[in-house]
Amino acid sequence: MSPRGAARSTPGWPSAVSIADDVRAGRRPASDVVDEHLERIATADGDVHAFNLVLGDEARAAAARIDAAVADGRDPGPLAGVPVALKDNLCTRGIPTTCSSRILEGWRPPYDATVVERLVQAGAIPVGKTNLDEFAMGSSTENSAFGATRNPHDLGRVPGGSSGGSAAAVAAGFAPLGLGSDTGGSIRQPAALCGVVGVKPTYGVVSRYGLVAFASSLDQIGPFARSVADAALLLDVISGPDPADSTCLAEPAPRASARLGEGVEGLRIGIVTELANAEGIAPEVAARTREAADALAASGAKVDEVSVPAAVYGLSAYYLIAPAEASSNLARYDGVRYGLRVADSSPAGDITDMYIRTRSAGFGPEVKRRIMLGTYALSAGYYDAYYGKAQRVRTLIIRDFEAAYQSFDILLGPTAPSTAFELGAKTADPLTMYLNDVCTIPSNLAGHPAMTVPFGVGDDGLPVGVQVLAPALGESLMFQVAAALEAAAPPTPVPVIGGPPA
Amino acid sequence: MTATATDWEVVIGLEVHAELRTATKLFCSCRNSFGDEPNTNVCPVCLGLPGSLPVLNRQAVEYAMRIGTALHCTIQPSIFHRKNYFYPDMPKDYQISQYDIPINADGWLALPNGRRIGIVRAHLEEDTGKTTHVGGGGRIHEAAHSLVDYNRAGVPLVEIVSAPDLRGVEDARTYVDELRGILVATGASDGKMEEGSLRVDANVSVRPAGETAFGTRCEIKNLNSLRSLGRAIEYEARRQISLIAEGETVLQETRHWDESTGRTGSMRSKEEAYDYRYFPEPDLVPVAPSSEWIAAVATALPVLPAARRASVAEAAGMAPDDDPVITVVRLGLEPYVDAVVAAGGDAGLAVRRLANEVAAQVDSISRLTPDAFVALVAMEHEGALTTAQAREVLKELLESSGDPKEIAARRRFEALGTGALEAVVDEVVAAHPDEWARYAGGEDKLTGFFIGHIKTATEGKADPKAASALLRTRRG
Repeated sequence: MSPRGAARSTPGWPSAVSIADDVRAGRRPASDVVDEHLERIATADGDVHAFNLVLGDEARAAAARIDAAVADGRDPGPLAGVPVALKDNLCTRGIPTTCSSRILEGWRPPYDATVVERLVQAGAIPVGKTNLDEFAMGSSTENSAFGATRNPHDLGRVPGGSSGGSAAAVAAGFAPLGLGSDTGGSIRQPAALCGVVGVKPTYGVVSRYGLVAFASSLDQIGPFARSVADAALLLDVISGPDPADSTCLAEPAPRASARLGEGVEGLRIGIVTELANAEGIAPEVAARTREAADALAASGAKVDEVSVPAAVYGLSAYYLIAPAEASSNLARYDGVRYGLRVADSSPAGDITDMYIRTRSAGFGPEVKRRIMLGTYALSAGYYDAYYGKAQRVRTLIIRDFEAAYQSFDILLGPTAPSTAFELGAKTADPLTMYLNDVCTIPSNLAGHPAMTVPFGVGDDGLPVGVQVLAPALGESLMFQVAAALEAAAPPTPVPVIGGPPA
Repeated sequence: MTATATDWEVVIGLEVHAELRTATKLFCSCRNSFGDEPNTNVCPVCLGLPGSLPVLNRQAVEYAMRIGTALHCTIQPSIFHRKNYFYPDMPKDYQISQYDIPINADGWLALPNGRRIGIVRAHLEEDTGKTTHVGGGGRIHEAAHSLVDYNRAGVPLVEIVSAPDLRGVEDARTYVDELRGILVATGASDGKMEEGSLRVDANVSVRPAGETAFGTRCEIKNLNSLRSLGRAIEYEARRQISLIAEGETVLQETRHWDESTGRTGSMRSKEEAYDYRYFPEPDLVPVAPSSEWIAAVATALPVLPAARRASVAEAAGMAPDDDPVITVVRLGLEPYVDAVVAAGGDAGLAVRRLANEVAAQVDSISRLTPDAFVALVAMEHEGALTTAQAREVLKELLESSGDPKEIAARRRFEALGTGALEAVVDEVVAAHPDEWARYAGGEDKLTGFFIGHIKTATEGKADPKAASALLRTRRG
């Protein structure tokens, strides 16, 4: 049992929306905002380890530019002066981008990811690169070459993963906003465990250019925030067409903030049976999910159960498709061009030897496990039985979701099976760890949007998240329902560290 | 087995990689340019840096469609795959290529003699970088170190795969020559083998003549010229025939052609063949050219070598696969033929002069104006110049331009008029009465004797053909 008590009041830190308003209006300098956040990071990140790298000088310089713009009467943008925590698999020009892996040691990208460009263009201020499971492979941020991140609500527990650093940073008040990447739940699961909002947009709504790939057909960048409105603001800044990403949709992205506050009156909301009853769902998580549905019903939504039968095969299909793509995406880390190189300089040390030494030393065990799984799944003679079949499951999941959306506007389910677990509790058994993503994976396979909203606590007093799922490009409606859920939710617990201003 | 070489049929299928002459690379906006300072035409995408993504070059797709159209392929919706293997000149350690659903499928190429060679596919893919191994025998595992130039990484290629329809070295050479002509004509590739923009792998097998089943094939790589293509196929066919003749079996394998030793050597056997773990490239979307686009490409396709040969052949009164016709079209000399035709001249004579004298000095072609060529052909045709003289004048025209009449006059080239020639013939006959008696009696081999004397007497100005005609007339 956690030493912490029951839920406390909602943290009193200002929202991203209010910070941007104040900075744009000249009521508060961006420099002040940045200093306050850097100070909080300096005080508390030693305990949390949300960041691989804090960008103090860069953030102060950016804040000064924003303040100068305001002084000149220029509009610094919709995210003016808002600190943002960037997952360390998003490329930042001239700034180390590690993916929490030794294999990228010393590498500094010569370019910014499209989302980073858009953030900076909108006046946001990156304050640091956050920790993750190596190459985003994991559900606890324990698979980092630089040590685990701890959950701000209980330092003995994991923040979830793989975007645990960004989730913890937002929960701990190190930044009002964070960016993560979600391949099988890597935004939503840590958001749920850290008691914040986390969003995986429709595949193709946010450009992947500059996101170091894990599984290209599943990866999607999305926001962390402490409120639904803040998450919507961030998503609206980063979404939209990008000629540098062929898989990014050419049409304008749906507005996440279009219908916030419109309520759920008359909407048909379905609780997905296969998610609510998935393997390992804790009773308290199931209870919060039902309570969330009841709250929406009380607000005028029509709530019922709905089946998405193929969703039960999601986890199995995912652990073939994602490792298969990863085995190819991670081939380039070979010591030839950048990052780590471990070579035997004697005549015996040929190129194959260098590949083996470099990759053996550079990758951690989980990454190696997935490279092997994926290599096997794509091998001649096995392709149809594994990768081919998994792709067919994917088609079935899409079909079943589409069928469900014939009768429902929005679907609901748990986000993670449990509240945050103890550090080390699941590291010995990869399959147990993989089960963390059982409720989040189906949306990645379908390419559909889904987000988590904090809704009450577990028996241990730690946050629980409820997942809102929408059809492709249904972000406006998804955020509308998420906002209603947020309004009906019990107070969010306050983290034990980096507590809010008095 | 006691078979001799003549009892064997060599069966060849070729895989030709043609670099497309787009301004930029296949998936990024880096310059596609040969011979630049190493590693200057590179960016995050073609270096495969983490986080970078490919975006398909529309012009490359259009060039691929031109090639497909010219090769009578079906142009179809297609996708890209990843071909996974480790090699330092491949920045991502996979190559983006088309696999089971290529943009062009099921076409054919007609050799100049009209025989059709099946085209299985002509697909798009990216080129690799270029590795130079320093030390050892120039192979990676023997090298002290290796240098990699990524300027070529990501350059667009179309790989054209023929059916195993070729039957010997001449066939293979003719096919590559014809394919190169088509590629150049479509504007899709410059076809320069010497710069590596056209590279050929050959699948070679042998079988007893009359056998319909194929023998076991070997794929030969590193063929950088038509000469090495021919030598490698010859060597490989001999190697396979002697293996079989000695009661051994040919192993399916990939072999490397070594230009210096003139041999092929085993690179890897079928068992050692890479498992490329192909899977659909998730970073790209399918390529599905609209029917309007396909139609527009077909409409805009330039006239191809086969049609050009047909029209030259018709004008010259030759067959389309006569060597002079092939040469004139390969070198793009048709404007000279056209000029001669327009002036009412002798197109056949024009084609012979172009295929022989002009082809030999084709680098100087800019000095030869169509007018001068027309005039020269007319002079030879009318007998004002002998063939030998016409060749001399043409040579000078190619070396330093000018007016053929002036050149002929300056060099005192003028074929003797008929009257003058008759007088010389009379003189020579009178001077050699014994030989004349024998010639008149039917000893034709003495023609050369008389022509020689006539040439000497006229200082080479006599047209041998006209002279021998006079001799025959005189004999009666």
